[in-house]
Amino acid sequence: MEKRTDKNSYTILFAVGMVLVVGSLLAFLAGFLKPTIEENKRLEKQQNILYTMGVNNNEAGSAVFVSTDEAPALFEKYITKQLVLEVENGEVTSEVGREEYIKTNGKEPYLIDVKKQQTRAKAGKARKLPLFIGEKEGKTFYIAPIRGKGLWDAIWGYVAMDENMVIQGVYFDHKGETPGLGANIKQRYFMDDFTGEYLLKESGEFAGITVSKSNADPINEDKKDFEIDAIAGATITGDGVSAMIKKDLRLYVPYFKKLKK
Amino acid sequence: MAKDSKLILDPLTDNNPITIQVLGICSALAITAELEASIVMSISVLFVMGIGNVVISLMRNIIPSKIRIIAQLIVVATLVIIVDQVLKAYAYELSKTLGAFVGLIITNCIIMGRFEAFALGNGPWRSFLDGIGNALGYAIILIIVGFFRELLGSGTLLGIEILGDPVAKTGLYAYGYENNGFMLLSPMALIVVGIIIWVQRSRNKALIED
Repeated sequence: MEKRTDKNSYTILFAVGMVLVVGSLLAFLAGFLKPTIEENKRLEKQQNILYTMGVNNNEAGSAVFVSTDEAPALFEKYITKQLVLEVENGEVTSEVGREEYIKTNGKEPYLIDVKKQQTRAKAGKARKLPLFIGEKEGKTFYIAPIRGKGLWDAIWGYVAMDENMVIQGVYFDHKGETPGLGANIKQRYFMDDFTGEYLLKESGEFAGITVSKSNADPINEDKKDFEIDAIAGATITGDGVSAMIKKDLRLYVPYFKKLKK
Repeated sequence: MAKDSKLILDPLTDNNPITIQVLGICSALAITAELEASIVMSISVLFVMGIGNVVISLMRNIIPSKIRIIAQLIVVATLVIIVDQVLKAYAYELSKTLGAFVGLIITNCIIMGRFEAFALGNGPWRSFLDGIGNALGYAIILIIVGFFRELLGSGTLLGIEILGDPVAKTGLYAYGYENNGFMLLSPMALIVVGIIIWVQRSRNKALIED
């Protein structure tokens, strides 16, 4: 005799039932946890931005953020300005401050989704470029977000520069690069190498930075060679870092030119 | 009771999921470049296997055999998503370290293998023990491989420099020792697993197949 569970009608009913149960369970869970997750992401952005300007709890050899409890207050204290730029044909066409941006868009500029802006730019629309200006011990930092592709998934980061586009600090992160290889872009030994590197040639032309495997300067003494020593075994992730620096930071050049005038 | 303890102990040695059943090799290759990643992955799999086996065992009489694989897949996927979301909300730092692995758990063939081979035919308690046992068997191999790959490949363990500083040339490096970058690449995991299989089979000849 055929078992009850072998009938086609039972199979279909079971499938429908299971999908309904699992679907509603996950939908409920996602809805319930979403605000907490969003808040975590917001604090992480603050921690990342502060990290690049040297506001962190770094220990020997490892990168440590300020705690999530302190982050909002420190962010308020050190990040004095948030700008949203629009650039066209090498000229800054629009420069919106924080208050005005919140008024028209209802959110803080540092929460601008870089990925969405990149998609907009591809569709030919104007891309909004967030820039955060930090002040620490009399020094001014210009911090820009960047985003690109690694080997498996997205990579992103923040770069703090001075008014000559010399890098003052970086933070990189990734969604799913290989542990031990590409994932090491968020290790101090890699990120610290960027500090002091020039992005512009003497002529003022944008050169960017290449994560290079054939680097003749592995301990990185020459800060004007536009090269960083690559991580062994992480070619594609390294190329991704070079590409996102070149593509995204180039867009900010007009702002720095304007700043000099 | 003796039989129950076998459920936990067997997968640790003579019925190890990786070295004997040759399941879960893909993740053993992919994530063992660092010891920490191996440990974290082991714990995640332990959790999903323990609970997943119980859930499947409880449902074993109502799952239609025609779509049982799909039903199993849905159970794993649901558990993994729950783990991922809860970690993101309440242990954000940890969820970032886990990042890629949480998703990888779904593809781990040990889990599907144990659902299919054990949980569908046994009660919840025994299935739970079987899940834990196999996850531990998986964990042992992952940790051994992770230990050697990180030590020989980067000269560190859990990120701590054991052999000295390769750039400043201290410790072993002062005598001309170099890290073997090849250890960081996946093929070397296969070779380490191969050596474990070799050792295991030469100690217990019963495991050798003709």
